Amino acid sequence: MSTIEERVKKIIVEQLGVKEEEVKPEASFENDLGADSLDIVELVMALEEEFETEIPDEEAEKIRTVEAAIEYVKNHSND
Amino acid sequence: MTDLMNLEGQVALVTGASRGIGKAIAQQLVARGVKVVGTATTESGAQAISDYLGVNGTGFALNVTDEESVAAVLKHVDDTYGQLDILVNNAGITRDNLLMRMKDDEWDSVMDTNLKSVYRLCKGVMRGMMKRRQGRIINISSVVGTTGNPGQTNYCAAKAGLAGFTKALAKEIAARGITVNCVAPGFIDTDMTKALTEDQKQAIFANIPAARLGQPDEIAAAVVFLASPGAAYITGETIHVNGGMAMV
Repeated sequence: MSTIEERVKKIIVEQLGVKEEEVKPEASFENDLGADSLDIVELVMALEEEFETEIPDEEAEKIRTVEAAIEYVKNHSND
Repeated sequence: MTDLMNLEGQVALVTGASRGIGKAIAQQLVARGVKVVGTATTESGAQAISDYLGVNGTGFALNVTDEESVAAVLKHVDDTYGQLDILVNNAGITRDNLLMRMKDDEWDSVMDTNLKSVYRLCKGVMRGMMKRRQGRIINISSVVGTTGNPGQTNYCAAKAGLAGFTKALAKEIAARGITVNCVAPGFIDTDMTKALTEDQKQAIFANIPAARLGQPDEIAAAVVFLASPGAAYITGETIHVNGGMAMV
């Protein structure tokens, strides 16, 4: 069983088409990983599905970095 | 050779499908092998749609101004067919009046039914289409959204609004393989145009080079084309089908 961190990173790699080593905790989706606003919406959708949770829009807006995504899922996941 | 008009096995949702243009669109799609969910405002209208679709789809009562009703029809599509490839926003009403006499509810109901409904339905289908990297959204606007028509400030504003909405959404999701376009009918032989006054008709006829009414099937043909694989590179566009009445 993979950790939450590993699963989040895997989704980021798949959704944004980036290399695993680029997905550092402090990496910003927009500035470091080349994501546009629609990519980020899709990333949030993928996280919602993987972790069977619904991320409210106002929370989704705060998920701008790899670390923020991992933290959000850790605090809200049912797993 | 690839058939660029092949729609076999696809699933479409057509609003306002009990008669007129919407019915013609539903039937033309079915003729191309598409499963269709057609909507009407009443249960009897929905039943009439089920009757003419037969095994090729279902009728569904939908109030496009009600968010829960929109969610219900999208759930029905998902539960029954598991996918949605084509959304045709056709449902529309007129509440004609000169601006000086227009009531707030005439303005609001046309805006809600003709424009906000498209926002609601498009938003509802977005997640599924984005995930599948495939989708066709076709909004039925009107020539008067471009040319204007006295007595229809509400209707013309809503239809012109559709064109702007279409372009903006087209840009947002073009990279995801989803196209968004309008078909703008001119003067088509339907119940809606039968409601026009004789004066209105004469004025419009004088300006149609084709010198006849358009038929609902002639709108449906443009919709089928935009839904087809061959139209994959057309997005944010309006196809005018009006017998030469307005060339833009």
